[in-house]
Amino acid sequence: MSDLSATDLTRRQGTLDHVIYVLRANPVTLIAFCMFAFLILSALFGPALVPYDPLATNAGNSLQPPSWSHWFGTDQIGRDVFSRVIVATRLDLTISVAAVAISFVVGSILGCIAGYWGGWPDVILNRFLDTIMAFPLFVLAMGIVAALGNSIENIIYATAIINMPFYARLVRAEVNIRRDAGFVRAAKLAGSSDLRVLATQIFPNALPPMMVQVSLNLGWAILNAAGLSFIGLGVSPPTAEWGIMVAEGANFIVSGEWWLAVFPGLWLMFAVFTFNLLGDGLRDIVDPRKRT
Amino acid sequence: MLAAAPRLRAVLMRLAQAVPVVAGVVVISFLLTRALPGDPAVYFAGVAADEASIEQTRVAMGLDKPLPVQFVHYVGDLLQGDLGQSLSSGRPVATDLANRLPASLELTLTALFLAVVIAVPLGVLAATRPGTWVDHLCRVLVTAGVSLPTFFTGILLIYIFYYLAGIAPSPLGRLDFIYLSPDHVTGFYLIDAALMGDWETWRGAAEQLVLPAATLALFTLAPIARMTRAAMLTALSSDFIRTARAAGLSGGTVLYRYAFRNALLPVVTTLGMVFSFALGANVLVEKVFAWPGIGSYAVEALVVSDYAAVQGFVLVMALLFVTLNLLIDLLYTVIDPRIGFDAQ
Repeated sequence: MSDLSATDLTRRQGTLDHVIYVLRANPVTLIAFCMFAFLILSALFGPALVPYDPLATNAGNSLQPPSWSHWFGTDQIGRDVFSRVIVATRLDLTISVAAVAISFVVGSILGCIAGYWGGWPDVILNRFLDTIMAFPLFVLAMGIVAALGNSIENIIYATAIINMPFYARLVRAEVNIRRDAGFVRAAKLAGSSDLRVLATQIFPNALPPMMVQVSLNLGWAILNAAGLSFIGLGVSPPTAEWGIMVAEGANFIVSGEWWLAVFPGLWLMFAVFTFNLLGDGLRDIVDPRKRT
Repeated sequence: MLAAAPRLRAVLMRLAQAVPVVAGVVVISFLLTRALPGDPAVYFAGVAADEASIEQTRVAMGLDKPLPVQFVHYVGDLLQGDLGQSLSSGRPVATDLANRLPASLELTLTALFLAVVIAVPLGVLAATRPGTWVDHLCRVLVTAGVSLPTFFTGILLIYIFYYLAGIAPSPLGRLDFIYLSPDHVTGFYLIDAALMGDWETWRGAAEQLVLPAATLALFTLAPIARMTRAAMLTALSSDFIRTARAAGLSGGTVLYRYAFRNALLPVVTTLGMVFSFALGANVLVEKVFAWPGIGSYAVEALVVSDYAAVQGFVLVMALLFVTLNLLIDLLYTVIDPRIGFDAQ
């Protein structure tokens, strides 16, 4: 820390000031960041902190309503719903983050190629994306998981494939409008190769809108993954996961044991809501004109 | 002749645009049926198959031939309406899907209708009265709508209206067992019952339909309301509205003839995305409400690894989606006077 130069310090101060200014102007975004931190913490430390083993059954203590010892009640074989809901955070976040990361990387590469060089790769990519988007996306994900096999990895791949068009189109547009910009020509005149110009000069400009897309997409990816496991794909029963917990709890809702399905559902909603708020907040920071 | 009828030409152009999309959809669904890990013949032969019957399936399905030849066969089968045989029901997949499609369409179309009827006026009201309770209601509904998992909303509605309030019928299928299903005319129970004049059955079918349709509508309403509000705000702040006001046109004329018709374009564009969401969410809602449509058919097929049925379902859903988008676009070509004249 001691070897920071004066300019570094002022710049860091400036960035911090800007973030504080933005958060003060929009307290909802601040709340969204706090909710996000809570989710990350429960994903990281949840399994170590929960009061009960999420898989431990206790037949004598089944279907208990919420109480002080079991905050969210117990399920049909006596497992603690609170522990299961918290432990599930890690799996659900992992699936959606992995899926979004894959679509981010693949979408960026394809979008860069199509946007920068144009020509037949561009035509082929656009046709391909149009074809993916011609399917109802959740249904396509079902078809992909059915074709590749029923496992968590394939849930991730399926979610990545159906998210990829959004990234590829975004990057393609951002790269395309800048490929003849002044600073790109300057970089080329300075002797940089196409690949270098693309990676260091053009692509970074696409990052701010991409971050917004990532945040909005994460919520959608969680919904998608939970939906797939709700219909019995991917995650298999003893594992704690929100979608499958809601599916199991649904059998008990008509006899009044609401806590089995409601708490995992609420947590799922909370996670999606967090990412949506975060996305809206980030969009306000990145592009204030798009506020709706 | 085409040059003389620009609107007809626009319609034909739009129809032509659908062709490569349909072709792409067929290619992808072919790849999905052939992308099964390991040997597809083993899957299609069933769980209890031995070497000989696997080999027999392979030859019968043409899986021993090269991929392009298989593709030609696949397209040939599709053109004859053959989607393969379902392992679980023992009937052709196409027959199963055709039997169950009306149930799904009745649910989805009712929900979409409800969503549009509620969301568009709500978005218009929110845009014309920013900052009032309508605007806030719109914002709350929009935010909740995109965050609520459809299957969770459905379960909550069942708990509240069936278990707690006791006003909804039990969430099992399209019609309570005390009613006889109406004669098959269109397959839409509401229409069939009305055609028979059997209003008691009509009521029963409607009661069963309310909760699932509301669940689906709640989900699809959010993007429509959001887009309507944003598009109306943009339209209302543009110069031609100021001009229209300055020219002394009445508030209603300015709002509906000038602003609303211009705001419709982005709203219609979002409808495509909304259909995609609605058809996907339809699967989840059908599972929650034990609705005997093609979505729950696919879910049951998935559980028992009945791949022909699942792939048939994916293809039918994609074709349905393409058709819905096409219909909306064609409708728009007819409504919007600018389309077609631009092409001259």
